[in-house]
Amino acid sequence: MAADSTKSAGSGHPYPAAFELTSVSVGTANQPILRDINVSTPVEGILAVAGPSGAGKSTFLRLLNRLDDPVAGTVKLAGLDLRDWDPATLRRHVAMVFQRAPVFAGTVLDNLRVADPQVTDDRARHVLDHVALPTELLDRPADRLSGGEAQRMSIARALLTAPEILLADEPTAALDGDARRAVEDLGREIADGGVPIVWITHDTYQLRRLADHVLLLADGELLAFGRLDELDEHPDPLVRSLVGADKPTPTDGAPL
Amino acid sequence: MNNADIGLLGVAASGLLIAVAVGVSIWRQLGLEATIAWAALRALAQLLVVGVALQFVVDDDDPLVYAFIWLAVMHFFAAYTTYRRARQQRMVFALALLAYLASSTVTLGVLFGFGVYEPTGRTIVPLAGIVIGNSLAATVLVTNRLFAAANERRIDIEGRLALGLNAADAFRPTLRDALRTALIPQVETTKAVGIIALPGAMVGLILAGADPQDAVRVQVSVMYLVLGSVATTTAVMSLGLARQLFTPAQQLKRFD
Repeated sequence: MAADSTKSAGSGHPYPAAFELTSVSVGTANQPILRDINVSTPVEGILAVAGPSGAGKSTFLRLLNRLDDPVAGTVKLAGLDLRDWDPATLRRHVAMVFQRAPVFAGTVLDNLRVADPQVTDDRARHVLDHVALPTELLDRPADRLSGGEAQRMSIARALLTAPEILLADEPTAALDGDARRAVEDLGREIADGGVPIVWITHDTYQLRRLADHVLLLADGELLAFGRLDELDEHPDPLVRSLVGADKPTPTDGAPL
Repeated sequence: MNNADIGLLGVAASGLLIAVAVGVSIWRQLGLEATIAWAALRALAQLLVVGVALQFVVDDDDPLVYAFIWLAVMHFFAAYTTYRRARQQRMVFALALLAYLASSTVTLGVLFGFGVYEPTGRTIVPLAGIVIGNSLAATVLVTNRLFAAANERRIDIEGRLALGLNAADAFRPTLRDALRTALIPQVETTKAVGIIALPGAMVGLILAGADPQDAVRVQVSVMYLVLGSVATTTAVMSLGLARQLFTPAQQLKRFD
């Protein structure tokens, strides 16, 4: 059912895919990483996941494509327990990009072929174009790309699996200013194009530029979840400070 | 044959060379005197025992079952040594045992199957000893490499898993590198043989008075045996281990 309704994503009516976490815990009793998380997140546009370092943001994200399993609780996507998905199918449905883009051996084209062994030259050029990389890069050894180029290549690679949702684990943390903005703009474009993104960030300014919804974690626990403008008015000063309520919201990247 | 007939006095005289090694250790303050002396004594004791025990398997009228008991003990200790020198996980012991069994079955199967040697106690035990003794280092190496790779190449492996590859495909490049690393030293040794090193089997036969050309033919079969067995053991070990590094949900386990 989910798959059918998401096919209309391109027409501007994305299926509101939802991650539903029930009593989710990760880690041991002595060293909990996430504790009793209960949240239902409609994934539309960009959902920013933020919180102090060590809050469990990466672990949270890795539950969503099952790179890790919780020790307790369930994670559902569109009403279906992730354990009932075939893991490979799930991960093509819910793609992920990392803080440091994994660069596989070989050329950029070889890298794209890992995602889609049958990728045609046309399609490969098209996805490079989509992430604003020059198509001449296709035959370039991938380890010669700059950090920003490698990250955009990894996004192109992820898009080749035709995901319905994209997970992004601090994709700009290793990049400098211009490259960071280029990846942010690309993220916004992908989200507006109907592939919602769950985006971890530790950068409050970036959060304000990108977030439609925000999920805050602190010390392994869910601190708050809601629209950015709602959290700006939150009674807890820690929440207001984590979303940077006192900082100006830029007009270009902001939600409506 | 008398050239090689050295008595206990001869052994004691060659022991002077141990005194040289101990002398170096004292002179350069290596702190290895006790270790060297212990290693030398232990080797002497082990080999004396083996010499006596071999009497029970090499004579033509010795029952073949003694040879097979010897084989079983040898396999068991090789697996135990691998387990001790590599990761001390129960699966390492089981997989190593399987790997050595596969290797001795394949390689000795070829040598005896094609009638290169007559299957008697005099051939079975020494040849199996060569198979296992020479495979041990490579098996320990490939085991340690794979556990290390599961940590060091986590980014690459999980990058592939996140693209929807199954564990076998995601691990294939890592497995390939580990196997190459384990095999290359043996290939190099094979190339250099005769030029920078006169191999043990040949030296032993010549010292014992055999015709050098006979000795060479035996040595060549032994070299090929070693190469074949190293390849078989490391392949079985790494393929088996690769499965153990992942969960059924295609997640890369953590080994700390």
